[in-house]
Amino acid sequence: MRTKRSRRMPTALVAASLLAVGVLAACSSSGGSSGTQGRNVPDVPMATSVGKGEGELNLIVWAGYAEKQWVKPFEDKTGCQVNVKIGNTSDEMVSLMKTGQYDGVSASGDATLRLIYGGDVAPVNTDLVPNYATVSDFLKDGNWNSVNGQMYGIPHGWGANLLMWNPAKVKGNLDSWSAVFDKSSDYAGKVTAYDSPIYIADAALYLMKTQPDLGIKDPYSLTEKQLDAAVGLLKDQNKNVSEYWALYTKEVQAFNQGTSVVGTTWQVIANVINGGSKATVKTVLPKEGATGWSDTWMISSQAKHPNCMYKWMDWIITPKANAQVAEYFGEAPAQTKACDQTVDKKFCDTYSALDADFASRIHYWTTPQTQCVDGSGDNCTDYAEWTQKWQEVKG
Amino acid sequence: MSDAPPAGRKTGRRGGVSAFFASKRRLRLGLLLAPPMTWLVVVYLGSIVAMFVSAFWTVDSFTENVVHQFSTVNFHTVFTEPLYRKIALRTLGIALAVTAIDVLVAFPLAFYMSVVASRRLRNLLVVAVLTPLWASYLVKAFAWRTLFAPDGPIGWVTGGHGPDYGKATLVVTLAYMWLPYMVIPIYAGFERMPKSLFEASADLGAGAVRTVRAIVLPLVFPAIAAGSIFTFSLTLGDYIAVGIVGGKTQLIANVISEDVVLNQPLAATVALIPLVAIVLYLVAMRRTGALENV
Repeated sequence: MRTKRSRRMPTALVAASLLAVGVLAACSSSGGSSGTQGRNVPDVPMATSVGKGEGELNLIVWAGYAEKQWVKPFEDKTGCQVNVKIGNTSDEMVSLMKTGQYDGVSASGDATLRLIYGGDVAPVNTDLVPNYATVSDFLKDGNWNSVNGQMYGIPHGWGANLLMWNPAKVKGNLDSWSAVFDKSSDYAGKVTAYDSPIYIADAALYLMKTQPDLGIKDPYSLTEKQLDAAVGLLKDQNKNVSEYWALYTKEVQAFNQGTSVVGTTWQVIANVINGGSKATVKTVLPKEGATGWSDTWMISSQAKHPNCMYKWMDWIITPKANAQVAEYFGEAPAQTKACDQTVDKKFCDTYSALDADFASRIHYWTTPQTQCVDGSGDNCTDYAEWTQKWQEVKG
Repeated sequence: MSDAPPAGRKTGRRGGVSAFFASKRRLRLGLLLAPPMTWLVVVYLGSIVAMFVSAFWTVDSFTENVVHQFSTVNFHTVFTEPLYRKIALRTLGIALAVTAIDVLVAFPLAFYMSVVASRRLRNLLVVAVLTPLWASYLVKAFAWRTLFAPDGPIGWVTGGHGPDYGKATLVVTLAYMWLPYMVIPIYAGFERMPKSLFEASADLGAGAVRTVRAIVLPLVFPAIAAGSIFTFSLTLGDYIAVGIVGGKTQLIANVISEDVVLNQPLAATVALIPLVAIVLYLVAMRRTGALENV
């Protein structure tokens, strides 16, 4: 089967290279350094009116934020057909938003500023969102969802990352993150953790309480030395980890199968597990406090269905819908009037939904920058470095 | 790439179209090759070249927007960070282990199918080997996750001492997934081998071991090498099964898939590692004559 070999391949390769370079060179270029310091927010126009719905809406959401109980009535009312893409991590959401194929996103605080300064989202005209008026005041004009007094989204709800365990496999009631850090060897091979660089903040928060001499004041503002300490703690934890989870169904499965018995979680995951029959789990907000999220619905700067997105942003903070999503996910609703609509009448008390002081004790996800996000200086480690360290932790 | 039929063939009547093309050899060839070459050059090679070019870019470390400026910083990172070397070596090790296991399983199986089994049984075995390819990749991966679960069949048989999700479970799962890609080439290799060689070898007094070593292996080796190209390259690129049954194990493709989200240019640079590995592997295998057996 010897045939004469083609000598043409190099030509083809060169042609392909030229083509690719040409296409790529046509793309625009941008530049900049780390952090918001000295940055300008890209000039993205803001909507001035909301017209008729476009019939479709493409959303990127956290798992549990778009269930049919409150999506179906929205579709019936507005005629906007909702297509949902679940984002497993903030990083994934930012990356998906950059494709320009989605109209909006339920962004956590570690995604919002990246999206705003990246020009991926548009400012939101809150006058066009009637239900915004009764949103909790402490969620308005925050440093994670607004720039220069301009809101870039509509607050959705907030909550804390919790410690979850399987009482059938873990003795006693846990009340400290030490179960997954210093004492994780008690559950060797059965510990789980959230698979994202932002999880470094959980370790930093634990060190902030247990090793005061490290001088950590804020889990998102870490100097090189403090970051190394947190990474060291996570590397020790890694020895006892069975699996990391980013896909929430993976944690559900791991607890159901018993391959994980203790780890960090969201309330919605515990609800799903306890709703099934394979395992029972407990959750707690440990005494060291917790990292958490404050989520904001943002509209893409390239939204193809902006009217539907505005209608959605108003719908999701109607008292009824906001109560439904808050109870389903297990978080405090942003809408103050939602507290009258919850099935469990004590729900808002349980989640301290209206308690600004309580809300301030949760360390909300935010994007680490060289300009320390707590304003303590300019010698902090940025998210790119956290990303690299996180890969090192997993080895 | 067989030769085109001679242009001046005079037998039979021609339709208008074939008459038109009969004397235009270059046009004919061009039309024949245009669609596949467009696919190969523009879509396939083009995307690889685009990836190579983007490996020289960076991202804005805050907004993660791609910065289109020439820089070799990604290459510096990949070559100097011990992390990447560690993960690359781990990936190669697992790819080689999977390949070795598949050879050990596929060789006797293919031998039995081709040489020993009756015609009827042979057909049944071919069907049995190929059937798993019809099942979804995810179904198979999750099936193995269930098999290895602490309360699953393997845990039950071993009294709860089955392996935890990790490298061992990953190697077993991948070896299972890619087994058909090894069995079929080796089986084809046996099929091409004249069976009279076995008799000749026996007549000359060689035992089974000697026959395998001196006759079978040299003749079938190119087929084994061909199968190994599949098992090796498929393992290098896998990250989904790794996430399902690999526990906390990271392979090179996991790092790439994570970097695609956070730092696309770095992902492109890391993606060159398996690309180089497989090109080197192909070059090595070409010497064995494997490429004529794929």
